[in-house]
Amino acid sequence: MNVLKSMLGAVSLSALSTTAVMADPALIFDLGGKFDKSFNESAYNGAQRWAEETGGSYAEVELQSDAQREQALRRFAEAGNTPIVMAGFAFANALSEVAADYPDTDFVVIDVDWIDLPNVRAIGFSEHEGSYLVGMMAGMASETDTVSFVGGMDIPLIRRFACGYAQGVVAANPDASVISNMTGTTPAAWNDPVKGSELTLAQISQGSDVVFAAAGGTGIGVLQTASDEGILSIGVDSNQNYLFPGQVLTSMLKRVDNAVYDAFSAGDDLETGIFTFGLAEGGVGYAIDEFNADLVSADMQAAVDAAAAEITAGALAVHDYMSDETCPAIEF
Amino acid sequence: MDFLTLFQVGDGAIRLAIPLLLACLAGLFSERAGIFDIGLEGKMLAAAFFSAAISAHFAFNPMGGYIEAEVCDARNVCTMQEQPVHYIAPVWIGLMAGIAASLVLSLIHGLASITFRGNQLISGVAINFLAAGLTVVIAQSWFAQGGRTPSLSGRDDAGRTLEGGRFESIDWPGAFTRIREMRDASPGMQFYSELVSGHTILVYLALFTVPLSWWVLYRTRFGLRLRAVGENPAAVDTAGISVVGLRYAAVGICGVLCGIAGAYLSTAVQAGFTKDMTANRGFIALAALIFAKWRPWYALGACLLFGLFFAIENRFPDIRVPALGIIAFLLVSSALMMVYALRNLKIDVIVLGTLSAIFVAIALGIGVSVESITQSVKLPTQLIQSLPYILTVIAVAGFVGKAIPPRAGGEPYVKER
Repeated sequence: MNVLKSMLGAVSLSALSTTAVMADPALIFDLGGKFDKSFNESAYNGAQRWAEETGGSYAEVELQSDAQREQALRRFAEAGNTPIVMAGFAFANALSEVAADYPDTDFVVIDVDWIDLPNVRAIGFSEHEGSYLVGMMAGMASETDTVSFVGGMDIPLIRRFACGYAQGVVAANPDASVISNMTGTTPAAWNDPVKGSELTLAQISQGSDVVFAAAGGTGIGVLQTASDEGILSIGVDSNQNYLFPGQVLTSMLKRVDNAVYDAFSAGDDLETGIFTFGLAEGGVGYAIDEFNADLVSADMQAAVDAAAAEITAGALAVHDYMSDETCPAIEF
Repeated sequence: MDFLTLFQVGDGAIRLAIPLLLACLAGLFSERAGIFDIGLEGKMLAAAFFSAAISAHFAFNPMGGYIEAEVCDARNVCTMQEQPVHYIAPVWIGLMAGIAASLVLSLIHGLASITFRGNQLISGVAINFLAAGLTVVIAQSWFAQGGRTPSLSGRDDAGRTLEGGRFESIDWPGAFTRIREMRDASPGMQFYSELVSGHTILVYLALFTVPLSWWVLYRTRFGLRLRAVGENPAAVDTAGISVVGLRYAAVGICGVLCGIAGAYLSTAVQAGFTKDMTANRGFIALAALIFAKWRPWYALGACLLFGLFFAIENRFPDIRVPALGIIAFLLVSSALMMVYALRNLKIDVIVLGTLSAIFVAIALGIGVSVESITQSVKLPTQLIQSLPYILTVIAVAGFVGKAIPPRAGGEPYVKER
């Protein structure tokens, strides 16, 4: 009995000490890959900022297939990592399975705002608000009154981008029409720059002169082709203005980096629950820097700032595609 | 629909067909010699990476260094700028590197399946995995940009314009380059500007390889022997010709063509490599090869057809068809299938009977769900995306003539059993 007791004691002690040593946070990137210059890279930048400021270290993994989601979650949870941050809506199912098995581990999932579990911090962004603003800029910048959108995988989240964008375009320029294309219906759609180029060319041939890409790695092909053909493009998630100076009108910022940074900084004191970061919370926005300053006119800037103020104050409501799966400004 | 739209779809079809065509001809040479190759995808990927990587290296570090030269812009304002000195355009060195990388993988495939008489499918799968992993790992270690190469166009860190890093499109004399200019031109001019002019040199090269392949395979002694080695290697061996040598030659040609296909993706269509950028085009090329019944001119047709489907899908994401048309199509095709099945074996009746029953059920479903029979229904984009595969299944099932692979395909040659 005594032996058993002391053994149990030793086991729990060692368990405690491993948690103490291994309480590093962890970050799991989605299939687009860590350096997609967009969504995942934004998450990476947030984690790096935390690591540089605190001198801490974190565990990370880049997924290669859908099947690895649950496996990666369990491995980090078993290793004692907390909080475990997941970049991507596709983790929703795996997380629902896993979270209850590790009540002492905190999980943070980005782009999911429907999982309500005691140890999960679910973070959604109001992408439609940010997209609305860049849509306004596109509508004002267009000379042909035709602008376009290239989405990655055809999922409600990406339609939310497209829908917000289209509403912004129409608000700023009622004569404008919006062409929308999705790259595909499988996760491979996040990584097909060649198809992104083709879609952009097809849109240009229909008259588009501003293209907004919300397509992960595929977006690189979109921006490249827009630059080759001499039209304007709009980047997404990270600030992509620098990729083609003078050719990228702006970037729709989604502060995934802040979400990761905050989660890492909070550590054990992480507040769980469902959070939505919109324009008012600084979760989304648009980028102005030295690479696109010449492209954004004073009128444009004023109009967008006014709209942003209205959205923040609640005077202007941008329709959210995911609320009812319909969009007033564009048909899918 | 105006002419320009038509030509633009055609232009897209050509652009999308070129990598398929090169990979398809690569597979054709290999499979005609009796070596099945599902490693086309991996070879293209490796070539895409190495051509972009080597091209980037020489574009960022010109072999001749930099000289100060006077550069004048459009407004005739001249300034002294640093100009790179390239003895050969970096992209050509890149192309050679891509071909070399693809050849190395081909040799591995040859070694495994010809010399060591291993299973050709397994060796092909291994090559695909090898390429998918190695490209990203090497890219990360060379460029530290997360498995991609730096952009081959634009400026380097010092603000100097990069030159010769990618294949630029060749504009024929008098052709318009911007779509806005083309819109007001005559149909003939639109055709010339859109379809004839404005492609990179690799496109013309790829189109030229079709007659070349036909000539090599059907009009030379080498081609006759190559085809024979895929049908009956024992006969070739009896005639005193080396089966192993011929098969290595075929695998080598396959490597060269895959190398050009990969370089086309990363240095002509795109300006750099991104991970998994071939996006299954190697497998679509295999489908095209079966659809083309292992013949060069048919391969051109099959790849252009597949390219056309993709271009249509890109250009017209929502195609609307009257419900009546869909119902009629489903009913007629199920009737045709039944007529075909009843003339043939019992198993055909069961399989095709089930299929036509499903078709009739879908037709009924559509008929019940729409309000009026003339209402237009949106065709799902997935349907258009899957058309190449459906066509391949139809081809393999033998509806449009028989698609018979080379008889000795997949079998390692053993002199004596």
